[in-house]
Amino acid sequence: MKKKLLSVLLSTAMVASLLVGCGDKAEEPAPAEPETEAPAEDEEPADDEVEAPAEDESADAEDESASEWTADLSADTGSVLNIYCWNEEFKSRVTDHYPGYTDNGDGTGAIGDVKVNWVIVPSDDMAYQNNLDETLLKQADAAADDKIDMFLIEADYALKYVNAEGVCISMADLGLTDYMADQYQYTKDVVTDANGNVNGTSWQGCPGLYIYRRSVAKEVFGTDDPTEVQTHFSDWDKFAASAQELADAGWKVVSGYDDAYRVFSQNVSTPWVVDGKIVIDDNIMNWVEQTKDFTDKGFNNKTSLWSDDWAKGASSSGDVFGYFGPAWFIDFTLAGYTMDDADGEAAVGNGTWGDWAAIEGPQGYFWGGTWVCAAQGSDNQGLVADIMYQLTCNPDVMKEIVTADNDFCNNQPLMEEMAASGVTNAFLGGENVLEKFCAGVTSISLENSSIYDQGMTEQFQGAMKDYFDGNVDLDTALENFYTNVETRYPELTH
Amino acid sequence: MTKKKSCVSYTKWGYVFLLPFFLVYTIFNLIPLVQTFYYSFFENYRSGLTTIGPNFVGFSNFVNIVSKFNLLKFAGNTFIMWVIGFIPQIIISLLLAAWFTDLNLKLKGQRFFKTVIYLPNLIMASAFSMLFFTIFADGGPVNEILMGVGILDTPFRFFSSVGGTRGLVGLMNFLMWFGNTTILLMAGMMGIDPSLFEAAEVDGAKPMQIFRFITMPLLKPILVYVVITSLIGGIQMFDVPQILTAGDGSPNGSTKTLIMFLNEHLFSKNYGMAGALSVILFIITAILSICVYYALTKQND
Repeated sequence: MKKKLLSVLLSTAMVASLLVGCGDKAEEPAPAEPETEAPAEDEEPADDEVEAPAEDESADAEDESASEWTADLSADTGSVLNIYCWNEEFKSRVTDHYPGYTDNGDGTGAIGDVKVNWVIVPSDDMAYQNNLDETLLKQADAAADDKIDMFLIEADYALKYVNAEGVCISMADLGLTDYMADQYQYTKDVVTDANGNVNGTSWQGCPGLYIYRRSVAKEVFGTDDPTEVQTHFSDWDKFAASAQELADAGWKVVSGYDDAYRVFSQNVSTPWVVDGKIVIDDNIMNWVEQTKDFTDKGFNNKTSLWSDDWAKGASSSGDVFGYFGPAWFIDFTLAGYTMDDADGEAAVGNGTWGDWAAIEGPQGYFWGGTWVCAAQGSDNQGLVADIMYQLTCNPDVMKEIVTADNDFCNNQPLMEEMAASGVTNAFLGGENVLEKFCAGVTSISLENSSIYDQGMTEQFQGAMKDYFDGNVDLDTALENFYTNVETRYPELTH
Repeated sequence: MTKKKSCVSYTKWGYVFLLPFFLVYTIFNLIPLVQTFYYSFFENYRSGLTTIGPNFVGFSNFVNIVSKFNLLKFAGNTFIMWVIGFIPQIIISLLLAAWFTDLNLKLKGQRFFKTVIYLPNLIMASAFSMLFFTIFADGGPVNEILMGVGILDTPFRFFSSVGGTRGLVGLMNFLMWFGNTTILLMAGMMGIDPSLFEAAEVDGAKPMQIFRFITMPLLKPILVYVVITSLIGGIQMFDVPQILTAGDGSPNGSTKTLIMFLNEHLFSKNYGMAGALSVILFIITAILSICVYYALTKQND
């Protein structure tokens, strides 16, 4: 009897699980409909919410620019806005600063009666690009609510998407070109395709700095003043000499192997790939040489970028003097590492928060940055254009972002004005860091970028780690690098 | 006449019940298998967002994969890590199975221990790898304990040492699978006629002798099964080293398994190369299975 009961139970469970499996798929579209319609009914009066702030805003801008921006949502038919990105950064910018955005609390949001759906895939190991590629290639056949409306890209592979046929809507077609006049030129160069169309826009500029611990600088160099400290790090020879001084006092000048990589890789004279052949620039080899030397002398903690051990260096128990990074790194990344109590208040006294300052360091460079693209086939083009305008062109919103999030925004006159007015950064001990960003941003050039940069960077750092660790000699490490990238990019040779 | 008819209709139902399996097998196994063989002869990958091929290239994928990409190294890695995990696994499993099935020992709490040793297999391999990655990190708890008790002066960097990383992969595979193997071996041991053990005891055989001359020979069919399935599982080793080394197979590619290498080809949707590698894996698996099977069954004949 027991056995019979058990077998009946088991088979019921099996059949039930089958039915559940089927049910999910069959029913999925059904609940989606009321879900999108429900808020529409609720928020009928809120409908103008989208337009209202836009109008407010244009009233402000009236005296500055000849033509004022108005969101034109008349052609929009979509009820779902799909945004593809790799972390929460852009989502938090939209949530905090886009007028009329409401958070649904379940990871999605709503703008008027349009549901905003965030598809977040981490960028490690190219996962973000792989997912985006698959979805973009199916864009034409996808159901209206599944089509990508906006997607985010990084400088490392921007060309892959902006140059692809039929993927992006140009900023000219969205009517944004006139409003982008104040943006830094390099941010437009990154997303300009072969025909000269600008296919994306960014809200941030990413000139990089060297960020150090004030209290340690005082202990080792006798001063924590950025101008004074800069004299100890103004070129690579001085940097190495100061690294030795720091090491003698028990501090590491950088946390791991990859810290200074961007400083070298953004000052190269050739792109990674020339005519289908992989080229390793001399400056990249300088990075290898320097990092090996630093490792052997104990100037770093032998960690890899983004690892827990790498991040721990910035905490109050860490022994790292400084990190290289741009504005987003300082606020979005480093500030989090410094706090002993991650959920506590971001204020002086929580770990090493507030004990930092930034200097230009030995060489100007830039790192990262996020560009927003509009996908062809989007059924919410008016809304997409308005989001782009508000976050990347509207000086009022950008001012808000700088004040609230310590970002460095993509608006030259505004940034210069704010730097001159002496906006200070509490995390950096009250330093006016905007001045340094303004100085650094003008030297950024991206003429040596290629579509392979992310893959090359990841594989090169990975292969060189074995060399820095002392597991293999340089030739083997280079050979491993070539094999790994040629597996990923079959069209390349060396 | 009627009798004959009912007979035929029963046979028909037999085929009807078999049909779902063959349908599912054909659609999800057989057709993809044949397609894999077909695709392995084509150059077919994606560069940026444009697809290149398919162009027929004959056997050049197979030649490239061995000569250019050093397939043997990855095959060697896979085999070494399988052995590191399998040797302790089979020893511990045999021991545990012998203890659990030994009526003289009358072990208490058998059910509890059987459940406990099987539990690691229920954890997702990726979660298990993440856990080990954190525990054995340069500044992780293991290093802190070793330094705390004075065994080490500086942290041992497990993931920068070939032996350390391979050892951890082997250890994890051992921990995840020894419970499963124990249960399989116990099933085999319990299938042995108890009168044989009693007879041996009456004749004065010692426990070791009973194990060697009665348990082991009669356990052979199950042992064959365990070795073959473990070997095939070993060739397909992927999730543990992939997560543990963040997909790099570091250090120096020494923990990159065949399937991790296969996975790399899918970055560029390189169906040709990936197909060629899959065909090679298919052949290796088939040959190994046949070898092990004959090696272990020959003595019986």
